Amino acid sequence: MFRKVLIANRGEIARRILRTCRRLGIATVAVYSDADEKALHVREADEAVRIGEAPVAKSYLNIEAILRAAEETGAEAIHPGYGLLSENADFARAAMERGIRFIGPSPEAIAAMGSKVAARETVKRAGVPVVPGSEGAVASVDEAARIAAEIGYPVMLKASYGGGGIGMQVVHSEEELRKAFASNSARAKAYFGNGEMFLEKRVQRPRHVEIQVLCDGHGHGVYLWERECSIQRRHQKVVEEAPSPFVDEALRRDMGEAALAICRAIGYENAGTLEFLVDEEKHFYFLEMNTRLQVEHPVTEMITGLDLVEWQLRIAAGEPLGFEQGDIRRDGHAIECRVYAEDPERMLPSPGTIARMVLPEGEGIRNDVGVEAGSEITPFYDPMIGKLIAHGRDRAEAIARMKQALDAYVIEGIRSNLPLLRAIVASDRFAAGDTTTDFLESWGKR
Amino acid sequence: MATVQASMAGIVLRVLVQPGDRVEAGQDVVVLESMKMEVPIPAEGAGVVAEVLVNEGDFVNEGDDLVRLES
Repeated sequence: MFRKVLIANRGEIARRILRTCRRLGIATVAVYSDADEKALHVREADEAVRIGEAPVAKSYLNIEAILRAAEETGAEAIHPGYGLLSENADFARAAMERGIRFIGPSPEAIAAMGSKVAARETVKRAGVPVVPGSEGAVASVDEAARIAAEIGYPVMLKASYGGGGIGMQVVHSEEELRKAFASNSARAKAYFGNGEMFLEKRVQRPRHVEIQVLCDGHGHGVYLWERECSIQRRHQKVVEEAPSPFVDEALRRDMGEAALAICRAIGYENAGTLEFLVDEEKHFYFLEMNTRLQVEHPVTEMITGLDLVEWQLRIAAGEPLGFEQGDIRRDGHAIECRVYAEDPERMLPSPGTIARMVLPEGEGIRNDVGVEAGSEITPFYDPMIGKLIAHGRDRAEAIARMKQALDAYVIEGIRSNLPLLRAIVASDRFAAGDTTTDFLESWGKR
Repeated sequence: MATVQASMAGIVLRVLVQPGDRVEAGQDVVVLESMKMEVPIPAEGAGVVAEVLVNEGDFVNEGDDLVRLES
């Protein structure tokens, strides 16, 4: 096992990784921008290195500064967390070339899934269904319009190198398509350095269900069941749960086996997540693979009793999994709510200073947060201030505990989406498990 | 004389108007980026753009003046 690990991230996920490292007796190095000098993850780490100014391009995305910090502190490995550099093949390769272990898959596996167009081809060859669409990137808006007419509106317009919902839009007509094409392509180019676009048919009343996998470096992989993540706004998840109330044993097994088939096809190693759309008839279609730890990984940890960060570290250190599919527990039900610093009505960002913060406690309750009273929520980083997770013996108990915990949750000084989260969890539609990806869109229209 | 102000802290992603442009009430004049999200800032009332007070890439605080309008 490693003696010292650098965590190339910030906020709640940096603290989450720190916690496991400490439990395993691994020394930790935090990195920080000027905006995060006083942040909790910086104070809690054994060492901390400043890597630049507040904007991510000058700090948390600065590959050279991060690798230098690892070298100067003698860290043997880097955990990238999620977002930022976690799916950057160049970063993984640069670390490797300088003798630092990247805690994640190989640069080749990241690259194989990084281009959505290439990933689609790989997945089809592995025998896993994908949503009908343009076979590869479209050369022009005219080609996009021709293909959209063939597969039928509505269609999803997506950036090949996109993520986090950026460069992605559903369009209902050729007029809308023409408008959306240029703006999304330009945005993807600005964000990801490549404006390549492709099209997919819009699946009606879909659910977003994803499979968590762990694959060791000895050719052995398992799936840690599914997560239901359909409740999203602007293609970013808000409430997640495991297991999915919609998935039955047969579908769970089929999706799990499909996920492992994809991993085998690319020689995948470490933790990863295969995202699928599931339609009303329980057909599933591959969407994309996240070659990293997910934000919502705690719900899987709560039902399996496994520490996913621990397994990421063990796998990266060359250890075999040492357990089989049949050994994996599925105990009760877990729900996660993402607490965002945003206006609950308009869903717009609400930066500022947290004046007061009270986290709920109780049986089955877990808080993963990166801030405290006095912390400033800056406009430079994403608006998530914490994750609240509730576990129960069954879904009803998990919901009841989540309701209580949300009622006890206090954030003052900034606006948060707590009122929205309370309303979602208390709704009849959520209680019924009727969670399709349009949940929040139709919410606003009631 | 009216000014359009930033409704939140953020980075100026795009300036959508130039001096001399006529804008209507509710028309977006600047797009801010905050917390990885684009937020258009509209003019409250109609007018003619007298001066644009920010450049793309500038960091602004809540309440900062962005665009000065003459009615």
